[in-house]
Amino acid sequence: MRQKDYALLAIIILVTLTALWINWGDNPGIHFEIGDFRVHRDINVLLGLDLGGGTEVVLEAMEIGGAITDTTTVPGGLACPPFLAGMFGQFVPTGGQDSLGVAQNIIEQRVDALGVTEARVHRVGDKRILVELPGIQDPAVAIRVIRETGFMEFVDAGAVYLQPGTVVVTSLGAPEDITGTQTVTTTPGATALAPTPTVAIPTATTTPTVAVTAVVSPTAPPVTLATPTPAAGTVPTATEPVTKPVKVYQTVMTGRDLKTAYVTIDQDPASDSYQKAIIAFELNREGATKFAAFTSANVGKYLAIIIDKRVISCPVINSPITEGRGIIQGKFTLDEARGLAAQLQYGALPIPFRIVSERVVDPTLGQDSIQKSVMAGLIGVFTVLLFMAIYYRVPGLVADVALVVFALVTFALFKLIPVALTLPGIAGFLLSIGMAVDANILIFERMKEELRTGRSLGAAIQAGFDRAWTSIRDSNISTLITCAILFWFGSNFGAGEVSGFAVTLFLGVVVSMFTAITVTHTLIRVLFVVARDFLQDHPGLLGL
Amino acid sequence: MYDIVGKRKWYFLFSSLLIVPGIIAMIISTATIGTPVRLGIDFTGGTIMELAFTQPVQPADVRAVFVIAGYTDTSVQTTDEGRTVIIRTAALDPDDKEAIKAELASQYGAVKEIYSDTLGAQVGQEVTASAIIAVTVASLAIIGYIVLAFRKVPHPVRYGVCAVLAMIHDVLVVLGLFAILGLLLGWEVDALFLTAVLTVIGFSVQDTIVVFDRIRENIPKHRGEPFEDIVNHSLLQTVHRSLVTQINALFVMVALLLFGGATIQQFILAMFVGMVTGTYSSICVAVPLLVVWEKGEVPAFFRRLFRRPAAA
Repeated sequence: MRQKDYALLAIIILVTLTALWINWGDNPGIHFEIGDFRVHRDINVLLGLDLGGGTEVVLEAMEIGGAITDTTTVPGGLACPPFLAGMFGQFVPTGGQDSLGVAQNIIEQRVDALGVTEARVHRVGDKRILVELPGIQDPAVAIRVIRETGFMEFVDAGAVYLQPGTVVVTSLGAPEDITGTQTVTTTPGATALAPTPTVAIPTATTTPTVAVTAVVSPTAPPVTLATPTPAAGTVPTATEPVTKPVKVYQTVMTGRDLKTAYVTIDQDPASDSYQKAIIAFELNREGATKFAAFTSANVGKYLAIIIDKRVISCPVINSPITEGRGIIQGKFTLDEARGLAAQLQYGALPIPFRIVSERVVDPTLGQDSIQKSVMAGLIGVFTVLLFMAIYYRVPGLVADVALVVFALVTFALFKLIPVALTLPGIAGFLLSIGMAVDANILIFERMKEELRTGRSLGAAIQAGFDRAWTSIRDSNISTLITCAILFWFGSNFGAGEVSGFAVTLFLGVVVSMFTAITVTHTLIRVLFVVARDFLQDHPGLLGL
Repeated sequence: MYDIVGKRKWYFLFSSLLIVPGIIAMIISTATIGTPVRLGIDFTGGTIMELAFTQPVQPADVRAVFVIAGYTDTSVQTTDEGRTVIIRTAALDPDDKEAIKAELASQYGAVKEIYSDTLGAQVGQEVTASAIIAVTVASLAIIGYIVLAFRKVPHPVRYGVCAVLAMIHDVLVVLGLFAILGLLLGWEVDALFLTAVLTVIGFSVQDTIVVFDRIRENIPKHRGEPFEDIVNHSLLQTVHRSLVTQINALFVMVALLLFGGATIQQFILAMFVGMVTGTYSSICVAVPLLVVWEKGEVPAFFRRLFRRPAAA
């Protein structure tokens, strides 16, 4: 009996020290390798949206003439435009993954390419995807990149220059097929990455300065396609009234023919975008052939590069491009270029998405809240510790120690799993500390009763724990049930605060049950063994 | 032995005093704004956002920008001497939001988005439906659990139902309070409030179970004694523990309420009130109801009610 107690005590001390180490701020993390088994984990506090700032977006897949979550790799049998079926050929489907799963993979890759640290992409429900971008300062570009379908086409514009931002109908489909909704009027002069323009706010028109430079070979001087200078009268207005018959442009190539696309900085001093971000792309063999054939036959004509039915750039073909390489220039910021390259590199989404909810929080907002809440929590917990010590005396002190162990272990779990801490989550953690006391109180009250009926101290301790356990277990289960329901509710909507609270409270309750039974029990028994006579002579210390 | 349960008529009266104003407020609320409590965007959909400017701005001017963009149902409030603006509107399309911010920036200089929360109207409806499901499922699960845990006691279903009635009592008090605050102070209810309500449900039942557990334990020990006496006994034994636990949890709640950040104040208040009534309802509602049921007082009450007019 004695040995078991000491063994348990040793384990408890070990666990506590480990928890302390995990909770320490400058934690080096866990890094070790045993043969092929590797673990590399940094152990940091993961801050939720309201504390760390950033953006959370829930995307909903829009149905395109049929089911979204079909399990075949190609949405055959759906009344969908052929280009969508064609796009699937890009991906190696992982055994029956449905379209939403494929889309999720692509979105994950795009998010990765954006370089947002600790970004997360989860599936929510059966047609929604939650994208979390912690700490990001300007979410607008990121959100556009992630959500846009990203279907790229090279289109024969003929003798007419198309302004970037123009929405066109190509031989592979109309804008509705991409966005799932009717497009409204087009606005000339919109920036290269502006999605469906529906805002009627007058903005200053921007002059397009775009060019496409085809790099024939590394040694030969780059052959520049002429920068189209929109002289007065030659630039057609891009607004197409809905009543006129819409012109259909012939698609020469699609994003399927791209082999790679990446961002680079223009090193050509003669170019318009010198030292600005441009996107270099390389075509696969089939695409290179098609491109060569087309450019040979259409020297002097315009070639429109289109993403999601919107013109990105529209250079003139100066000479045939046979090497299958090219550069896309536009008024890109580095972020925009990266985003576009990610869309091109990882492919177009198989389904269009719309945003159903968006949360943006400035990172500075959280700092203040953290400090206040931590301080408030410490005050509250300290009051609890004081109260327990005064009211229950020696057992109260034992409960205090158990409480501290509980807090350390639970917080260590938060860091280890990791659980994203939100403000309600912190409240839930603090609440569970207040409740962790409950188990101890149940035990002590029971012990007091047993002592009052005349049992010896040792027997009273044992009886106290045994009888109280059923109460503790039964009462905590109802809280655990509601936590489970809350978690379901929160995850269904990507409501991080709700599910964060549910998780912290759940963990808190579970760990508190553990600490009450093991830590308090062991400490009291050890105390009893060590100081039995002293305690029996001073029953007042037991809070009777 | 102090007769706690004997005074149950007073407890029921007191509970009515707690609940009735809340119910009246909810009725008024439904009549004036359409819902029993003022709903936030989590349930209705829409956008709420806070923007910071470098110079004071007029709410009407800011509102005009939104209206031009097509968002006619917009309300704008300013704080911080007009430099910070809180805007409520219909669900903002992210591109519109960028365009509006650009427009505001061109008129008033740099704009910083402190936070924004957008929820499509459809999602809002789903959240509302899920909320109702969540509360219903929680209640049923808890009844089921109690019936299971107390199956060896005579009439286990009564324990479950009484616990749930106590829980409903607590929920009504909290809802009523927020209905009143919604009418008087414009407080809105969001997903976090639902979290508080569900947590209150969990705690309220937790408290009740501890008492019921003791009753369950005492019934075989005091066979032959009137039920009321056994219950009184059990209550006296557990009330101490209930209060001490409550006090400890309240220490933390009060500290958070007083010193914690403003953003979760409503959440903490809902939980605070819920937990206080949770303890009260375990002792003064759940248990007396059990006694009332056991003694068949409800049919007797109605019989007396209908006998009087006949006698007159």
